[in-house]
Amino acid sequence: MTIPASWFLVLAALLFGIGAFGVLTRRSALIMFMCIELMLNAVNLTFVTFARTMSDIGGQTSVFFIMVVAAAEVTVGLGIVVAVFRRRASTSVDELSELQG
Amino acid sequence: MLHIAPLIMILPLAGFLFVLINGRSLGNKLVGLIGTGVVGLSFVATVITFLLLLHDHSRQVTVNLFTWISVDTLHVPAAILIDPLSITMSLFVTGISTLIHWYSTAYMEGEKDFRKFFLYLNLFVFSMLTLVLANNLVLTFVGWEGVGVCSYWLVSFYFDRDAAASAGKKAFIYNRIGDIGLLLAMFLLFEHTHTLTYLGIFSSTSLLSPTIATLVVLSLLLAATGKSAQIPLFNWLPDAMEGPTPVSALIHAATMVTAGVYLLVRMSPVLALSSSGRMTIAIIGGVTAFVAATIATAQKDIKKVLAFSTVSQIGYMVLAVGVGAYGAAIFLMVSHAFFKALLFLGSGSVIHSLGGEQDMRKMGGLAKWLPLTFPTFLIGWLTISGVPPFAGFWSKGDVLTNVFAHNKPLWVLGILTAILTAYYMSRLFVLTFRGSERFREVTHQHDPHESPIAMTAPLLILAALSVLGGALDLPWAHGFSLTHFLAPTFGDVAPSAAQSTVLQTGLALVDVAAAAIGLFAAFTIWRNRVESTTFEKPFFEHVWYWDDAYDATIGRPLEHVAQFSNDVVEDRVIDGAVEGLGASVRRSGEGMRKLQAGMVRQYALAMVLGVTVIVVYLVGRVR
Amino acid sequence: MLATTYAIPDVLVFATAALLIVVGALGVIAMKNPVHSALSLIMSLLGVAVAFLEQSADFLAAVEIIVYAGAIVVLFLFVIMFLGVDKSQHPHVEPLIGQRWFAGLGVFITVAGVVFLMASSHWVSGVPAASTGGTALAPGSGNVTQLGDSVFTTYLLAFEATAGLLIIAVVGAVLLARRERTAEADEIVEVSDAVDIAIDDWVADETEEVDS
Repeated sequence: MTIPASWFLVLAALLFGIGAFGVLTRRSALIMFMCIELMLNAVNLTFVTFARTMSDIGGQTSVFFIMVVAAAEVTVGLGIVVAVFRRRASTSVDELSELQG
Repeated sequence: MLHIAPLIMILPLAGFLFVLINGRSLGNKLVGLIGTGVVGLSFVATVITFLLLLHDHSRQVTVNLFTWISVDTLHVPAAILIDPLSITMSLFVTGISTLIHWYSTAYMEGEKDFRKFFLYLNLFVFSMLTLVLANNLVLTFVGWEGVGVCSYWLVSFYFDRDAAASAGKKAFIYNRIGDIGLLLAMFLLFEHTHTLTYLGIFSSTSLLSPTIATLVVLSLLLAATGKSAQIPLFNWLPDAMEGPTPVSALIHAATMVTAGVYLLVRMSPVLALSSSGRMTIAIIGGVTAFVAATIATAQKDIKKVLAFSTVSQIGYMVLAVGVGAYGAAIFLMVSHAFFKALLFLGSGSVIHSLGGEQDMRKMGGLAKWLPLTFPTFLIGWLTISGVPPFAGFWSKGDVLTNVFAHNKPLWVLGILTAILTAYYMSRLFVLTFRGSERFREVTHQHDPHESPIAMTAPLLILAALSVLGGALDLPWAHGFSLTHFLAPTFGDVAPSAAQSTVLQTGLALVDVAAAAIGLFAAFTIWRNRVESTTFEKPFFEHVWYWDDAYDATIGRPLEHVAQFSNDVVEDRVIDGAVEGLGASVRRSGEGMRKLQAGMVRQYALAMVLGVTVIVVYLVGRVR
Repeated sequence: MLATTYAIPDVLVFATAALLIVVGALGVIAMKNPVHSALSLIMSLLGVAVAFLEQSADFLAAVEIIVYAGAIVVLFLFVIMFLGVDKSQHPHVEPLIGQRWFAGLGVFITVAGVVFLMASSHWVSGVPAASTGGTALAPGSGNVTQLGDSVFTTYLLAFEATAGLLIIAVVGAVLLARRERTAEADEIVEVSDAVDIAIDDWVADETEEVDS
């Protein structure tokens, strides 16, 4: 018997939680991006799991698209990080607080 | 057949619009010519309409112009009703307006706002004709408000003078109070009869219960007291004398102020339903006539005397309406229009000749210097005093005879008023034209000069009308009298007690005696006096302290309320609420601002905590 | 007990994947040096790829490794090197008061709550979703064909749109990261122009020599 879906889902939840915690606690924009990738992968994992349990290829298709969008996001995000770093010489998001009330 | 009728109204409006649009390019002469011309043409149209109406056996023609308001059950056409009453009104309104326009071209010559004056006058004539010719109360109300606003503009024509500006406001506010009455009457009538056209109301008077009818009549009376300067709303009229004299003659003597009487007469079928309402009207009229006459005895300003005289005479008209003598009321209205316009224009001529002086103490002995004004004024004086055979004798006699038939105490009051009328008019006449010449100081030793022909000609015409006006309604000419002509338009005239010729003659003799007493007293007292504390009671001079009473009972309490509103309500409550709200928003904003720290991770945390809350909620729901 | 219920190789594979994923993820958030974080990310992603493989998503596992562990992490590393931020940071110093506590608490409660919700509902029934009218999944690598069919038929529009998105993202990234045109940059352009001219001259000289 194959591994039940619930195991994967719990694993995905754990991965998502770690990623979210990282986003909340790390100050470097680069690390935050990595953590976001972790969260996206957690979601991908659930999609693949559901695709299997429901025998629906749509889940995998979604993962495919999520990867593409993630790639685009990282491209633009890192571009922003580079542009900000030019002006600030720092990747810490805490210093980017001009838009405060 | 009567397609010419709308022209009566349209011509003055056309004149108004034409001058309004082209005014700057027209000279004063042309403006005066156009202004007078359109009203004159309107008079011609009225005469033609009148002649056509005489050939119409129904004596009642409605000319529909267009549908004005049509909402649910409310249908108000813009239509005019031609019947003996409205055509009589139109005749004397357009006729006298023509004369006064003509007079004004000379009187107002050299005025800075000559053009504006004629604009207002033409608009006034249009409004007055709308009021008179309308076939429903709503359109009448439009005219009613139109004459009100023209009156306001013309009273404060010299708006750079404080007195004129505040007199205009006073007139407007008093009129506004009266307007409430007309509106209430309309509401009541519409609620109970579902129509506002006169003919519609008259044909459904059975739908009005006695209580409602009385309420309607009292509302109409309130409207009439405002517009026609009756107690308790009479004291705007004397102040309105701040306007130019032709305005006083036209609006505040001959036409507009009689609109209230016209309204009451027009609604006579409704008045017929409420005897208590009619009684109230009669008392108001009689008391006003008397009170105003007493006040007129102590005034020093020539125009103020005439103003109170007007109030007093309109009181007679209202009294006549109250006893159901609608024909007599209209008869007095017409003849009053003649002689009061004559007196006002004559006084205008006097004032003109003295360079604007209105104080009678600074006149005297003018008979010699004003060869045309003097005799016409003499006729006016005799007419209003009730000396036969002038129009005033017949019309006032007509009223008093009818009053005698219905209410003896009011008749006594009427006779007293007649004595006073003869007295104060003679006083005015003596102080102005007789006695020593006291005007040298005013004219800087120049001789007074007679007014130009454009001013004296209307005087002559009006004098002729004053002399002959009585012929309109001679007591013995039953078939061809004004009353007979008007009778079909009146609702259920209270049957006039059959009076014997002897009684009528006796009453006429009493009238003549009253006039004689007044004349004699005035000549005895004022031949060698200019002022007298004995005969000019301060109580009368100060208008029975009527204004002061209003000031104390209404004005000052309202002022306190206003002061309180300003100091407490405005400052603390309203400002407090507004500023408190603003401050609380600002304070909470200051607080919220700290949440927007610009820290991305804090925002993210807020998001995660939000998700946490949702998850906790879901967990709680599942359990 | 596990062995009695599930095939041991499956369990081993899952355990490996889970270990890789969790340790890698923890490494990402715990490492001081960004380079180490990036390397930990690769580890985690490899674990995900294994989990994919175990669930018959062969194609996605390959893409995961090629695109994620390959391209994206390389991009991360490139930026880290480019910016020179591989110096150690101080992840232990937290300037926002209570941020870490709240974050830990919030995340923990959320994850625990979600797991509880999953446990208290009937997990996943295994019945194909009626709404998607899903095609039954072929086992093993057979479903690559199915994935291709799905992407190029049902989701063609979305696929083309992502193509556009990628182009736009690349152009945007280039614009963002481009250095402002400064005087220094202009100078460089001039120098290169001068070199071009010199080369042209040289080439012309050479051809002349050949001609003569």
